[in-house]
Amino acid sequence: MMQHLSAMPGRAATSVRMYAVAIGGVLLVGVGLLYLAGHDVGQSISALWRGAFGSYDALVSSTLVRAIPLMLLGVAVSVAFRVGAFNVGGDGQFLAGAAAGAWLALLDFPIPAPLRILIALIAGAAAGALWGFIPAVLRRRWGVFEVLSTLMMNFIAAYGVSYLVRGPLQEPTRIYPQSATIANATHLPLLLPGTRLHSGFLIAVACAIGAWIWLSFRESGFRARLTGANPVAAARAGLIETERVTFRVFLASAALCGLAGAVEVLGVTFALYENLSPGYGFTAIAVALLAWLHPLGVIVSAILMAALDAGASAMQREAGVPSVTVWVIQGLLVLAVLATRSFAERNPRFRFARL
Amino acid sequence: MAFCVSTYRFVSAATTSLELLGISKRFGEVVALDAANLQLRRGTVHALLGENGAGKTTLMRIAYGLLKPDAGAVHIDARPIRFHSPADAIQRGIGMVQQHFSLVPAMTAVENFALGNRGRFDPRKESERLLEQAATLQLSIAPDMPAHSMSAPEQQQLEIAKALGRDCRILILDEPTAVLSPMHSAALLQWIRSYADQGRSVVLITHKLRDAAAVADDVTVLRHGRTVLQGRISDIAEAELLAAMLGAPLAQSELTVPRPHRPTSTPPLGSLQSVSAEEWARRERIADVSLEINAAEILGVAGLERSGHRLLLRVLAGRHVPTKGIVRIPPRIAFIPEDRQREALATQLDLRENVALRGAGNRTGWSRWRYWSSLTRALLKDFDVHAVNERVPAHTLSGGNQQRLVLARELADAPMLIVAENPTRGLDARATANLLARLRAARDDGAAIVFYSSDLDELVALADRIVLAYAGRVREAERSRDAIGRALVGTT
Repeated sequence: MMQHLSAMPGRAATSVRMYAVAIGGVLLVGVGLLYLAGHDVGQSISALWRGAFGSYDALVSSTLVRAIPLMLLGVAVSVAFRVGAFNVGGDGQFLAGAAAGAWLALLDFPIPAPLRILIALIAGAAAGALWGFIPAVLRRRWGVFEVLSTLMMNFIAAYGVSYLVRGPLQEPTRIYPQSATIANATHLPLLLPGTRLHSGFLIAVACAIGAWIWLSFRESGFRARLTGANPVAAARAGLIETERVTFRVFLASAALCGLAGAVEVLGVTFALYENLSPGYGFTAIAVALLAWLHPLGVIVSAILMAALDAGASAMQREAGVPSVTVWVIQGLLVLAVLATRSFAERNPRFRFARL
Repeated sequence: MAFCVSTYRFVSAATTSLELLGISKRFGEVVALDAANLQLRRGTVHALLGENGAGKTTLMRIAYGLLKPDAGAVHIDARPIRFHSPADAIQRGIGMVQQHFSLVPAMTAVENFALGNRGRFDPRKESERLLEQAATLQLSIAPDMPAHSMSAPEQQQLEIAKALGRDCRILILDEPTAVLSPMHSAALLQWIRSYADQGRSVVLITHKLRDAAAVADDVTVLRHGRTVLQGRISDIAEAELLAAMLGAPLAQSELTVPRPHRPTSTPPLGSLQSVSAEEWARRERIADVSLEINAAEILGVAGLERSGHRLLLRVLAGRHVPTKGIVRIPPRIAFIPEDRQREALATQLDLRENVALRGAGNRTGWSRWRYWSSLTRALLKDFDVHAVNERVPAHTLSGGNQQRLVLARELADAPMLIVAENPTRGLDARATANLLARLRAARDDGAAIVFYSSDLDELVALADRIVLAYAGRVREAERSRDAIGRALVGTT
């Protein structure tokens, strides 16, 4: 399964039509679920649509803002999976980056604001990389399976943030378990005045495009893809130092996750607190798989997932449909995409149809 | 017995155990089978011959229920049957050992053996059954060894034991001797004969005429998906078989072997001095090996499984770092491993990317995809690799075409040293002759070639000098099939 994932090619391997059919089918199943649960299907769907895309405000302030962390983390997951490093520690690296970003943004130091933002973002990326460094070294030196180690690091990060917001980084009144609020000057600039969409969106899109260019057109990105597709052949036929390639890409992936944390703190929450990430690191895996590990696809799938999230809130508010329903749909989406892929692999007719 | 029209039946339905009639199969625009026929008589060995891509494997996959035919009928014991999956075929007593093995790498021999059975898994009982099967086959299988640390012949032996463990009446073997040493091949062929003599039937997919002639009763020859010849093998002359397989008689020069080439006395191109190396995972090692390789010389390496030849080739190719000793090798080395899917190709990536795989570890900056595309197109043409274009994934190519792609890539930049491990595995007669000619041409252009083959005739015919590996030691050997054969099994 793992090898299978890392070997997913970047360009759409199955015909787009099959992919569309799969997604359409899942949405129909979702409608069926709503009906079976006794909800007013029309009302629920229209609430979902209104919450996600229905108005300028819903689209820009809700959906696109939610898409930013999913996009950055989704790119990070795609890149790591493509090299065969199964970094499921996005959440932990995200929190490490958020903590570092918040800390530096709050430091009382006479630096001009733009520079301070830059430093906070870099610190976030560095902290994420540091958080990924431990599992990466464990894998390289002792062959520790990164799925376990990164998952464990998530817990350490979560409790580490709990400690910080009750200790060194707690707000001055010492009442709430959260950090002080970051000054307005140090917020990421808004992209569209009057909305909540901040310039982190550009950072995320740039990272996705950058990752695509790197994977597709740089020799180092090609080495990463070879290493993921067949590490033995990469080493024997390509004379690639596969462990080193994996290690570096692992760190880069963790750095992107850390950057996502810093962007979230400087762009949306303006403070560090517990439960900062509602499982972004895991949703990002779904985002990456939905996009077939293609960084450009991640831009679309992150917005789709964010729209479902935003719509779910509206659906719960307006139609009384529990947002869990949408999570079921999100899960089914990923399953459908993976199944489509396996189907195409096994069915020679479709295998040739996609050439 | 002459060429037959494709609907001709040479046996009555009463004596056939398996009959394939007018089978057609297309993959997209590729016609794999075009009304192919095969009649398998009870108690016989049936050789299925044909070039790479002739449709042999596809036809047998249909018989085994792995693929569904677009047209045609499968009869068992003269009754039409429709298979929906291999499970149906297994239930009808059909077993198949595929060319690319289907073992679970992490599982031990006995676990793989029992996989697919029903009921409770009793390791001790299954081990006994496995050892029993191995004993009748005269094969050595360690029940507790994980499949991933087995050599290719060991894996194949396990696959055969597994098929037999299901008590099949019709056994299909796809190129079974391709990975076996001469001794094991002979034992396997002998066993196939005795198995058929018990009233069961065997289909032997092969392109080795010698194997077919040695053991088969009947023969079916496929070319371009059509049955071009079928009948009793004793009635058919070898030249007729060759002509049916290849469409036209091979030129004389492709079959005859030129005299060994005398290398000029120049300093050696590379050398090993007291080199020791080991690979624990495969339980293979070489100890204190000293060896010189010369420009313009083909050095043949002979050895049985685990004798150390595998490691020797990898050390010479710069693909394995020895624990001791001095290795001196030239910079441009072509390495053609036996297991191309594992060691030479990234089968999910496209052909252009697989060509660019060579040397990827030493390049930096931007990828020159336009260059790789045009190089790949040229190589596909030059080495007769059949592919729709250079952008299809490598797994869409047939085994022989994959092998040619690897050869094309490795020989593209005029390497100074070519290390080839069973490079003719899976190639048909024409492609083999072509490959051997290319290796000779490279030698005549001044390259050093280190060549391992499990086929001693091929080795003796091609090599200028032969070394043999036995239990981790390497020594010079006489260029004679018998001497090497005896030395390999340790009876000099």
